[in-house]
Amino acid sequence: MFKRKPADSPRTETEDLRFEVASQLQLTWWKFRKHKLAMFSAVIVILLYLTAAFGEFIAPYGGITTNSKFVHAPPQTLHLFSEDGFGLHVYGYTMERDPRTLERIWTVDSSAKIPVGLFVRGEPYKMWGLIPGDLHLIGPKNPGDPFFLLGTDRIGRDVFSRIVHSARISLTVGLVGIALTFILGILIGGISGLVGGRLDDAIQRLIEILISIPTLPFWLALAAMVPITWSSLQTYFMISIILTLLSWMGLARVVRSKFLALRNEDFVLAAKLDGCSNWRLITSHMLPSFMSHIIASVTLSIPGMIIGETALSFLGLGLRPPIVSWGVMLQDAQRISAIANYPWLLTPAAAIFITVLSMNFLGDGLRDAADPYQS
Amino acid sequence: MRQFLLRRFVTMIFTVFIISILAFGIIQLPPGDYVDQLITRMVSQGGQSPDANTVQKLKELYGLDDPMPIQYLKWIGKIILRGEFGYSFTYREDAIKIISERLPATFLLSLSSFMFVWIVSLPIGIYSAVKKYSLGDYIISGIGFIGLAVPSFLLALVCLYISYKYFGVAAIGLYSKEFANAPWNWARMVDLLQHVWIPMVVIGVGGTAGLIRTLRANLLDELNKPYVDTARAKGLSEARLLWKYPVRHALNPFVSTLGWMLPGLISGEVIVAIVLNLPTSGPVLYNALGQQDMYVAAGFLLLLSTLTVIGTFVSDVLLALLDPRIRLQ
Repeated sequence: MFKRKPADSPRTETEDLRFEVASQLQLTWWKFRKHKLAMFSAVIVILLYLTAAFGEFIAPYGGITTNSKFVHAPPQTLHLFSEDGFGLHVYGYTMERDPRTLERIWTVDSSAKIPVGLFVRGEPYKMWGLIPGDLHLIGPKNPGDPFFLLGTDRIGRDVFSRIVHSARISLTVGLVGIALTFILGILIGGISGLVGGRLDDAIQRLIEILISIPTLPFWLALAAMVPITWSSLQTYFMISIILTLLSWMGLARVVRSKFLALRNEDFVLAAKLDGCSNWRLITSHMLPSFMSHIIASVTLSIPGMIIGETALSFLGLGLRPPIVSWGVMLQDAQRISAIANYPWLLTPAAAIFITVLSMNFLGDGLRDAADPYQS
Repeated sequence: MRQFLLRRFVTMIFTVFIISILAFGIIQLPPGDYVDQLITRMVSQGGQSPDANTVQKLKELYGLDDPMPIQYLKWIGKIILRGEFGYSFTYREDAIKIISERLPATFLLSLSSFMFVWIVSLPIGIYSAVKKYSLGDYIISGIGFIGLAVPSFLLALVCLYISYKYFGVAAIGLYSKEFANAPWNWARMVDLLQHVWIPMVVIGVGGTAGLIRTLRANLLDELNKPYVDTARAKGLSEARLLWKYPVRHALNPFVSTLGWMLPGLISGEVIVAIVLNLPTSGPVLYNALGQQDMYVAAGFLLLLSTLTVIGTFVSDVLLALLDPRIRLQ
C-alpha cells in the first residue's frame, strides 16, 4: 500500500522519498493543490465565509436600514475615472413621478458625482452584536449621500448590504445542517457497517425508503409546521434540522461501505491482535483512514442545504424577516411585476449561484484528492 | 425473474406504507386542528366564538377527536377500500377531487421533463465522451456544471424575467388566458405545447447536467476496454461499433437514473410550479400546507411519493430485463 505513489508525481529519487514518508494529509494536500479550479474555488469559498464573518464592516449599510426616500432606486456603477480626474465615485439619482401611478422613479444622473471611499466612517454598528464600530470597507465619503451598488428594494434598503448581511445566515444554515448530517451519518452508517446482520438490513431498507421520497414536498410540509410564534433563532435551528432529516442517507451509505471494506484490512487485524479496544479501533484506526472521504462528501452536500434553505425561505416557509437570508430577499422577487420593473431584486440569486458553484468545484477537488494513493 | 418481481413489489408496498405514516404524522404535527383554526378565523373576522357544544359536534363530524393511530387507520382504510382521501376543509369538496384535478398534470410534466432529460443527454453525453477534451466537450462540461449549480426555482425566476423583458409575455401558467378553462381541442393543445416547454426545460436542466456527466464517465470507461479495440480491428465502422457495444453497456446506469432522478424531478416540479403558477400539484399543496388543510396535503404527499416509488420500481424491473446479473442476485 505504501509503495504506491500518485501517478502524476514527479519521479526523481528524492521526490520518491518525500512521497514515501509523507503523511496522508500531506499527500492529499499535494494532490488537491494540482486541481486549479478547486484551488480557485477554495479561495472564493474562504472569501465568502470571510464576508459572512465581517458583514457589518463590508456592507455600507445595516441589513435592515431603510432609506424611505430612495425606494426601488436602480443600481449605480462604480467609476474610477471622470473628467475632473481620478477617484472612486458613483453618480447620484434624479427623481421623476410616474404620471399614472405617481410612484417615484429614480434614474441614475451622470451629472451629480458622489465621491466614494474605502475605509470610510458611516453607519454605526456592533460587530457580532458586541464590538461597536462605524468603519466600512466601502461607502460614500459624505455619509448622507445615496450609495446603492445593487439598487434598493421596496422600502429603500440597500440590496448589496443585505446580500452581504444575508451571507451569515445563508452560509451557516448549511454548516449547522451539515454538522448534524455528519453526526447522524457516521452514527447510523457506523452502526450499520459494524454491527451488520438484521440491524444493518433494517437500516439499509430505511435508507432506501427515505431516498425514494421527493424531498421538497416533505420539506415544505415540515417547514409549514414550524409555529409562527417561534423566535428567529428557534426557526433557524428548526430549518437546519428539517434540512438534515432527509439528507443524512448518502453519508451513512458511504460510512457503512467504508467500514465494511476496512473490516478485512490487514492494519485493522494488526490493531485487533495488539489488543486494541473496539472504541480505539474505530476512532483512531478506522475513522481517520476514510475521514477525507467523509469530508469530501460532506462538502458536496452543503450546496444542497443552502439551496434548500433558500427555497423554503423564498416560499415564505423558512426563515422569516427580520432575519435576512438570500431566500428571504428573493421573496421580493416573487411577483412578476417586481421582476419586470426592478430586475436588480434578482441579484441574491447570483450570490447563491456563485456559492453553490464554487462549493461544488471545491467538493469535487476534495473528492479527487481524498484518495491520494490512487491515480 | 418472478421471484425478483415479487420481492421488489413487496418492498414497494412496504415503502408506500412507511411513507403514508410519515405523511400523516407530519400533517398532524402542528398544535390545533382545522376546527381550532376555523374558530380563530371566525373570531378575528369579528364573529363570535361558537359554544363548546358546536365545537364538539364539528370535531366529531370531521373525526378530529380520535387518537392519532385511529385517525390514521380510518384515513388509510378509506383510501385503500374506497379511494377516498378525506374532505378538504378549505375547498369544501372531497380531497380526491382536488388531487385528481392536479396530479395528472404533475405526472405529465414530470414525465415530459424526464423525456427531455433523456433525449438531450444521450447524444450530448456520447458526443462528449467520444470527443473528450475537445472544445465542444469543455463547453458542454462548463454548461453542465452551471446546470447542476442553479436551483430550478431560480432558473424559473430568470426565465420569467427574460420572457417578460424580451417577449413581453410572462411565462406563467400552462395555458394562455383564453384557453385556461376551455374544453380540449386542437388550438388548446397547441397553446399548451407553446407553454409547456419552459417549465419542462427548467425542471429538467439539473437532471440533464447530471446525466450527461454520468453517461460520459461510463462511456469513457467502456471505450478503453479491449473489446472495443477488437471490434475496431475487425473493421467495424466507427458509428456501428459505438452504438452496438459501448453505448449499450453505458446505458445500463442510464435506466437506473429513472429511479434516482424521479424524486428530484417531482421536487423540482413542485417548486417550479409554485413560481410559475402552473395548474399542477405544487401551488395547491403549498396552499393546503399553509391552511392546514390536512387531508389534501397528506393526500398529495402520499401520492407524489408513491409516484416516485413506482418510478423506482419500474426502473428496477427494466434494469433486471436488461441485465440478467441483477435479477439473479
